[in-house]
Amino acid sequence: MTAAAVELPRRVWRARSALPGFGRSLGFTLFYLSAIVLIPLAALVIRPWSLGFAGVVAEIEEPRVLHALELSFGASMIAAFINTIFGLIVAWVLVRYRFPGKRLVDALVDLPFALPTAVAGIALSALYARNGWLGAPLSSLGIAVAYTPLGVLMALIFIGLPFVVRTLEPVLADAGRDAEEAAATLGATRLQAFRRVVLPALAPALLTGAALAFARAVGEYGSVIFIAGNLPMRSEIAPLMIVIKLEQYDYAGAAAIGMVMLAISFVMLLALNGAQAWANSRR
Amino acid sequence: MTTKTALAFKGPTADSRFARLLLSIIAISFIALFLVLPLIVVFATALKSGFGSALETFKDPDTRSAVRLTFLVAAIAVPSNLLFGLAASWAITKFDFRGKSLLVTLIDLPFSVSPVVSGLVYVLLFGMQGWLGPWLRDHDIRIAFALPGIVLATIFVTFPFVARELIPLMNDQGREEEEAATSLGASGLSTFWRVTLPNIKWGLLYGVLLCNARAMGEFGAVSVISGHIRGLTNTMPLHVEVLYNDYQYVPAFAVAALLALLALVTLVVKTFLEWRYADEIAAQHRH
Repeated sequence: MTAAAVELPRRVWRARSALPGFGRSLGFTLFYLSAIVLIPLAALVIRPWSLGFAGVVAEIEEPRVLHALELSFGASMIAAFINTIFGLIVAWVLVRYRFPGKRLVDALVDLPFALPTAVAGIALSALYARNGWLGAPLSSLGIAVAYTPLGVLMALIFIGLPFVVRTLEPVLADAGRDAEEAAATLGATRLQAFRRVVLPALAPALLTGAALAFARAVGEYGSVIFIAGNLPMRSEIAPLMIVIKLEQYDYAGAAAIGMVMLAISFVMLLALNGAQAWANSRR
Repeated sequence: MTTKTALAFKGPTADSRFARLLLSIIAISFIALFLVLPLIVVFATALKSGFGSALETFKDPDTRSAVRLTFLVAAIAVPSNLLFGLAASWAITKFDFRGKSLLVTLIDLPFSVSPVVSGLVYVLLFGMQGWLGPWLRDHDIRIAFALPGIVLATIFVTFPFVARELIPLMNDQGREEEEAATSLGASGLSTFWRVTLPNIKWGLLYGVLLCNARAMGEFGAVSVISGHIRGLTNTMPLHVEVLYNDYQYVPAFAVAALLALLALVTLVVKTFLEWRYADEIAAQHRH
């Protein structure tokens, strides 16, 4: 989402315009934004400090909370990695190949965006339960998915895939094939052309898609809690710890976890943005 | 989202048949296994003991009240965000002012916040031990664990949908048409109704569609602020959870199937809009 950047002269905060309604529309925008988003988020950042700095650290260092944070961020990273690989394959097939039913497959990629998370949650839980369609064959192989960290991972893969595919598709479609053709005429095999020519061009989009999938996975709640089984020190995720703290009326503790989650995701997104800028500057 | 660059002949950049087959099989199996199978499970479980017993679920007063509440919440939250989206995109795309890119970033902020945190912030403000909690209790105003809280949390999680569709679209369309209308003496409102709105109607509909789907399906944020009072503050997704935790699998999946149907309708309309009105939907979808 970009807005046209116009250089304004110094000491002027807005350009003159012939159109009406600037004050009213901007005023309403700022009021609504503050009331719905900014003031409530300020409460999240301010509230934990009623515990004092040591109190906030103690909340986070509680073993159960620490484990939940580790699981959330660890599983989200693995899910983002798996989604990056399969998302690339899906985007490649959807952009480059033609096959019957392609439009249907393309529309289905958005399913995790459209399907309410609670619905996805109970569906995945039923699917991977010990007597479920996939759970039964897997458990006869000795693999338990439901009520384990692996179940958390499955849910996070489900919700993250469209972020990677939808970020890659336009870039793949726009990327000209000139460089690939040049590589082919210079004697590169298909695989070499892909690795040396296509992949570097896609790297920024791959990183962005992975970052979006990761950010969504860290905060995900509805699709995870059913299949996770929520066993303390084993399959509890960070957003669930917030809910548990709230149920104990520990508002400051809940806010502390929320604030830390927000801070870690923010730092990781900044780092990824930095990596992306670096990748762009090398081209 | 088809591409016109797909090669019909085998050129130097076409993959071998083997690679094409292998990659297609991997992609389609992945989608079938991870995305489609869960959807099928929802309908299969809901209809396990017949269509009649699935329908029976919707005669239960608690279920009915959950369906009503979901539609009521969406009916308040979606128009609010629609109004905001119009105001924000008008201010951002028709005028130049400092701090515009910061404003655009802030509008996107709710997308990067965990749904649970989106509910939490309102509990911190309006809950019993929240900043305004004691005052609200003294004046007998209920926000948390009541309809206003549920609506606020829903508005928060669906906040950017309309604005982020309209801003790139209206940015692309420029200001000339509106400037012409105004200079010919049209009032601000009639410029908007007669010039701007016809240009953005499909993009607007697209944003509203996505906003509505999320509003009806939101779980985490609403779960934190609703208090789970059966027949009173349970929306459809929350009711799914309650039924599921009571081991009432068929009713749980019946309500889930209704939500899944809404999701499928959303996808169909979305795909149709992308296919038919690609040029009139936001620039970011044009490829």
